[in-house]
Amino acid sequence: MLTCKEATRMMSEAQDRKLGAGERLQLEMHLTLCRGCRNFRQQMEFLRAACRRLVGRDEPGPD
Amino acid sequence: MIDDSFIAEVRSDMLRFAQLQLRDAALAEDAVQEALLGALSGERSFSGRSALKTWVFSILRNKIVDLIRVQSRTTNVSALSEEGASLDQAFEELFKTNAHWRPDTRPRGWGDPAETLREQGFWDVFEICLNHLPENTARVFMMREFLEFDTAEVCQTLDISVGNCNVILHRARNGLRRCLESSWFAPGEKPC
Repeated sequence: MLTCKEATRMMSEAQDRKLGAGERLQLEMHLTLCRGCRNFRQQMEFLRAACRRLVGRDEPGPD
Repeated sequence: MIDDSFIAEVRSDMLRFAQLQLRDAALAEDAVQEALLGALSGERSFSGRSALKTWVFSILRNKIVDLIRVQSRTTNVSALSEEGASLDQAFEELFKTNAHWRPDTRPRGWGDPAETLREQGFWDVFEICLNHLPENTARVFMMREFLEFDTAEVCQTLDISVGNCNVILHRARNGLRRCLESSWFAPGEKPC
């Protein structure tokens, strides 16, 4: 079973490379049980989106 | 359509972008000036403002990559681990001894991302948090996220190992995350 600390490392690396099947399985099992890490993952996705927006790669849509 | 006020607006966006990454006002100013001149003196015609903006930013991005390559030859790579020590310590303190989150430091939900990204105030905080990262840590993060290098390219350019690169990126992301969480997502909240 992954610890939260290990899970954060894996979630950061997932931003940079495709995780292996084993890693993904371990991570998903951990996330099912851990709300803090689910939030961490959303925060990583948010950071990526903010950076894209800042460099104009992803302009806000008309809404 | 492409008038002085539009150029001024693009120029200030470019300057902010260049300064974040180069952390040198004069160097950033020069890079932006050259990119703008290069873009506007060409024969290219543009179908609109956003096409022009995309074009000047792509020129600027290339200039920044060149400058970083030059700077990286003189970067003291050993400093990469030293400057991260306080971030690493802060990271360790988020966890209990069994390496799971402490209840008071567990990451929280940040609500609707699209709504946050529309708020001007958020961008000021985001910029402050980026500037708050140690210099080389920020450099690695921005090469990855803004210049969209893959990690292999980052490692190669800065002559560091992939493992080291992953550690630095993780450190940067967690530092930014914590800065945003305390400065934007929970201002005024009691630190329970």
